[in-house]
Amino acid sequence: MNFEIALTGFAALYIFMLAAFAGWVIIGRVPAILHTPLMSGSNFVHGIVVVGGLFTLLNARDVLEQSIGFFAVLLGAGNVAGGYAVTSRMLAMFKTSAPAPAPAHRAHHRSKAHHAKKA
Amino acid sequence: MITLTWLPSLVIGLADICAAFLFMYGLQRMSSPATAASGIKVAGIGMVAAVLASFLYVFSVDPAAKPLLPINIVLALVALAIGGGLAWLAGRRVAMTAMPQMVAIYNGMGGGAAGGIAAAELFGSRAHGATALVVTLLGGLIGAVSLSGSLIAWAKLQGVINKPLRFKGQQVVNALIMAAAVVVAGVIVYGGLAGAALLWVPSTWICIFFAFALLFGVAMTLPIGGADMPVVISIYNAFTGLAVGLEGFVLQNPALMIAGMVVGAAGLLLTLLMAKAMNRSVSNVVFTNFGEAAKSKPGAIKGEEKPVQAADAAIKMRYASSVIIIPGYGLAAAQAQQKLYEFVKLLQAAGVVVRFAIHPVAGRMPGQMDVLLAEAGVPYDMIFQLDDINDDFADTDVALVIGANDVVNPAARTDKSSPIFGMPILNADKAKQVYVIKRGQGKGYAGIVNALFYGDNCNMVYGDAKGVLSAMIEGVKGLGSAAA
Repeated sequence: MNFEIALTGFAALYIFMLAAFAGWVIIGRVPAILHTPLMSGSNFVHGIVVVGGLFTLLNARDVLEQSIGFFAVLLGAGNVAGGYAVTSRMLAMFKTSAPAPAPAHRAHHRSKAHHAKKA
Repeated sequence: MITLTWLPSLVIGLADICAAFLFMYGLQRMSSPATAASGIKVAGIGMVAAVLASFLYVFSVDPAAKPLLPINIVLALVALAIGGGLAWLAGRRVAMTAMPQMVAIYNGMGGGAAGGIAAAELFGSRAHGATALVVTLLGGLIGAVSLSGSLIAWAKLQGVINKPLRFKGQQVVNALIMAAAVVVAGVIVYGGLAGAALLWVPSTWICIFFAFALLFGVAMTLPIGGADMPVVISIYNAFTGLAVGLEGFVLQNPALMIAGMVVGAAGLLLTLLMAKAMNRSVSNVVFTNFGEAAKSKPGAIKGEEKPVQAADAAIKMRYASSVIIIPGYGLAAAQAQQKLYEFVKLLQAAGVVVRFAIHPVAGRMPGQMDVLLAEAGVPYDMIFQLDDINDDFADTDVALVIGANDVVNPAARTDKSSPIFGMPILNADKAKQVYVIKRGQGKGYAGIVNALFYGDNCNMVYGDAKGVLSAMIEGVKGLGSAAA
């Protein structure tokens, strides 16, 4: 069995096109209030480059390639960890003034059901 | 015995496809403040899966790399621990007001990693064929520009570099640097295809190529001023995404391709949004020395700036029925967001309806003001964006402008000769009374006189935002029970 992937020519272009379109549509709906967390969140996502860095480092054949690979993994790991840390910190801060009505409503239903069971 | 040589590549493939899905799903959850916090966790799971799976590459390494494999594994773990650990600590500790430069740094790191992958491919002559070579070089170029450009952006935001560096013929010099990088790239492609070295050995050319790319990032970012940073940070976000996507193609890794392109498109969209909010094109932001030509004539506006005491302004707001607050970079610079919300809570306790109006390019990165207010504990349903609140100023008793200038300059609506003419602004001048908290009588970033400050309905409260807000809090508290 072979699970190697070959993405050449138009197959690659199709992936790029669909991914770019998806990114555009997903981000286009984000309200301006979340633009900073969104930017640092997408910043975190491009940290996936660390996987490429790991591939390069594990396949390094000499000291030069090892150094470059080490550098790439170091920076990529920083991108991932830092991006996650600041994004989760920022997102944890967004609160509404009133407790969200939807969960409160559900809680109400649940308590009703609870009472009914008791009765 | 059954051989399981196919198993690692199957697991890697599955982990990568999970990661790609979770990234997009996570970003999608970020489109509402209510679900956003879980969005980053979802994306985080994808990242952990992809990173863990990538260690399975050890089963299929290049035969020439086999002898070095144990060392390489150790190096990988060390690099992950050091890079990840330091960035994590920095990210946990950094002040919210320093978020733009932090994001710039992480962005540059991603670009640098992409550039490094390109460099390894080129030095190791792994990329074969015209397409692979060109894509590797393009990704390396963009990644390197993003690395050095983001570092300069960081230095500017951090205050290490204070003045935009501008000189005559700068655009020509920058264009020449870029042209040189492209020519060298051409030489590398030619050398790689023909298998013949031109003039120097290939590795020399590769070094020259990256040197020009890094230099271009520096040269491109140096002339850009502080208030244009929202655009610059968005551009480098897009650049790094693009570079990662391109190197993903070179490594034949669809997770990198998809994640990179999604971020590239997202960054492009944000870049365009920011430029639109300034009524300028992206090339205008990057390639013109904005503010230089805008030395305006002070005599053009009648009236004078009328200072008022902080406590008097505070008492006026205490007895108003509605107040809209317009924060700008000055609020972040003074770290006054906590004081501001303390003051707002006093007003709310007195029955005043308080709302916040945020301009898209207020601050140094998209949405920076929203994050600062969120940090202070301001509920997000009190925060309104330009289009949602601009019509309400006319019915508002007091507009309080804190450390913002150009985004409330009515010249953008009325004065065709103004460099910011046509930029959407917050209509603070339409409120019945305007108070402006400002450090001194200086001009805004664009160097343009602000007619708002001279209006009959406007008073200035001079001082550092934190000090002024403290005085305002004292002023309202000083009313004591008599007010209640």
